Amino acid sequence: MTDDDVVDSSRRHFLTVATLATGAVGAGLVAVPFISSLNPSARAQALGAPVEVPLGSIQPGEMIRIIWRGKVVYVLRRTKEMLARLKGHDDNLRDPASEVVEQQPDYAVNEARSVKPEYLVLVGSCTHLGCAPIEDFEVRPTESWSGGFFCPCHGSKFDLAGRVYKGVPAPTNLVVPPHRFVSDDLILIGQDTGAA
Amino acid sequence: MANIEAEVGTSGKGLMKWINDRFPLTKTMEKHVTKYYAAKNFNVWYVFGVLAFVVLFLQLFTGIFLTMNYKPASADAFASVEYIMRDVEWGWLIRYMHSTGASFFFIVVYLHMFRAMLYGSYKKPRELIWLIGMLIFFVLMAEAFAGYLLPWGQMSYWGAQVIISLFGAIPVVGDGLVEIIRGDYSISDITLNRFFALHVIALPLALIGLVFVHIVALHEVGSNNPDGIEIKKNKGPDGVPVDGVAFHPYHTTKDLVAIIVFLMIFSSVVFFAPEMGGYFLEHANFEPANLSATPEHIAPVWYFTPFYAILRAVPDKLLGFILFGLSVVLPVFLPWLDKARVRSIRYRGWIYKTALSLFVVTFLTLGWLGTQPATEAYVLMARVFSVLYFLFFLLMPWYTSIDKTKPVPERVVYHG
Repeated sequence: MTDDDVVDSSRRHFLTVATLATGAVGAGLVAVPFISSLNPSARAQALGAPVEVPLGSIQPGEMIRIIWRGKVVYVLRRTKEMLARLKGHDDNLRDPASEVVEQQPDYAVNEARSVKPEYLVLVGSCTHLGCAPIEDFEVRPTESWSGGFFCPCHGSKFDLAGRVYKGVPAPTNLVVPPHRFVSDDLILIGQDTGAA
Repeated sequence: MANIEAEVGTSGKGLMKWINDRFPLTKTMEKHVTKYYAAKNFNVWYVFGVLAFVVLFLQLFTGIFLTMNYKPASADAFASVEYIMRDVEWGWLIRYMHSTGASFFFIVVYLHMFRAMLYGSYKKPRELIWLIGMLIFFVLMAEAFAGYLLPWGQMSYWGAQVIISLFGAIPVVGDGLVEIIRGDYSISDITLNRFFALHVIALPLALIGLVFVHIVALHEVGSNNPDGIEIKKNKGPDGVPVDGVAFHPYHTTKDLVAIIVFLMIFSSVVFFAPEMGGYFLEHANFEPANLSATPEHIAPVWYFTPFYAILRAVPDKLLGFILFGLSVVLPVFLPWLDKARVRSIRYRGWIYKTALSLFVVTFLTLGWLGTQPATEAYVLMARVFSVLYFLFFLLMPWYTSIDKTKPVPERVVYHG
């Protein structure tokens, strides 16, 4: 008498596969809470509250840094002269007309990438690997540099509207966060419902 | 009932017999220590495995004591490290041993890997040992990276920022992956807390498990030697390889000398140059993490700089990530890229010798470039050496198959 006489091997095979499959589904389901626990928690999400920035103390040509959602946000008050410098180097830029949709809200799709041309609001996080670009507003015609931001980590360059230059590792323009003017000298960063 | 007595092991007397009847103590000791035969012509390159083991122990031991005083919270972390350095009795010593140990771990592991490349230790039948070893190397990199965030200094924060952001370069899933690694929209207290969990529990456990199977696999096929010949093929009448000596007491005694010399060098660094001029402990990290300003010059710790230089040499985010990943992973394939019929460098031709020497120069130069600022000349240099780095691996099947090899001797040879 061989095993085949007493053992229904197709039945045994079916039961083995069925058990394994059930176990695999169970393991998959158990993995869900553990992986989900790695997501930003409710508290982390709640901390993304908008931040008010009074503009009164910023002098023309000056920039301040504030922290919003754990990221640094730059608020730069540009002079007329600085705004004029946004022209004339479109050929050297990757996305001069701000066509990459995710990099700014609709109301910042313009040459100055801002609601009011005077005030530029940017997330100070290089679109390459997240370092904070350093401000370098001086004009140096010899280096064809008309002022902007320079990332110390891997040398990415951006102009005075946070638009990325060609030939650097950063792929896109610096992000303009959602923001709105509460009054003439107060902006709210992180919220733009209502009048933009 | 008498049958049961006869069935189980009978080696030893008294307590040893009692244990051996229940646990393979003598058998295990013999297989892995007293009757594990390794070639008698081992040279200095063969001490780095044992040294890696010593450093692993040092890191685990000092790490446990650091955990007793360290606080994994963004508000307290930096201050708790200062507290260990200033207020905890001998805290500075324990911490410097741990930070110096991290660098020495990589020195020893890189030399250990280079030994495998010198003597073809990854070649058949030791491919699996090499694969497990590479896995150990990857876990070690993750362990070092997670540990570097813990002091919450400027370099901790911005280094983590750069490396975590790397994963954002992956199309489609990148951004979600970055969020799941950080557990937040930016690197925060939450990130620090989970990196602590990985650094003190998850990764060390994985490391210990992998080291265990690395050694089990090694003892199954036997150690390679500087001649790259199989000593098991030539056994004496007693079944012992004629070119082998027992791991204990012969190799252990020799290893003890290596451990003493190693500890002398290690202690010199711990006591006299724990920062190693900013290479072992970067100066920017003596400032607490500042979310609004990246340090002017940012570079990873020296052991990551060769790969970092490759990343920086590529002016494209995704391609940079791919080449960076490839540069880390490529050595995995060495057992199959290397077509030479001999293992040891002693019997290889001039082509492999040249290629390997060039590779060493390339690796060291990339490492140096990775510590330097990304000026145009340096980036250009990094590009040239990145190409050389990849060519070493990608052309290997070709140049190892045309290289003229010398005949391999029957018995091991001594040099010097």
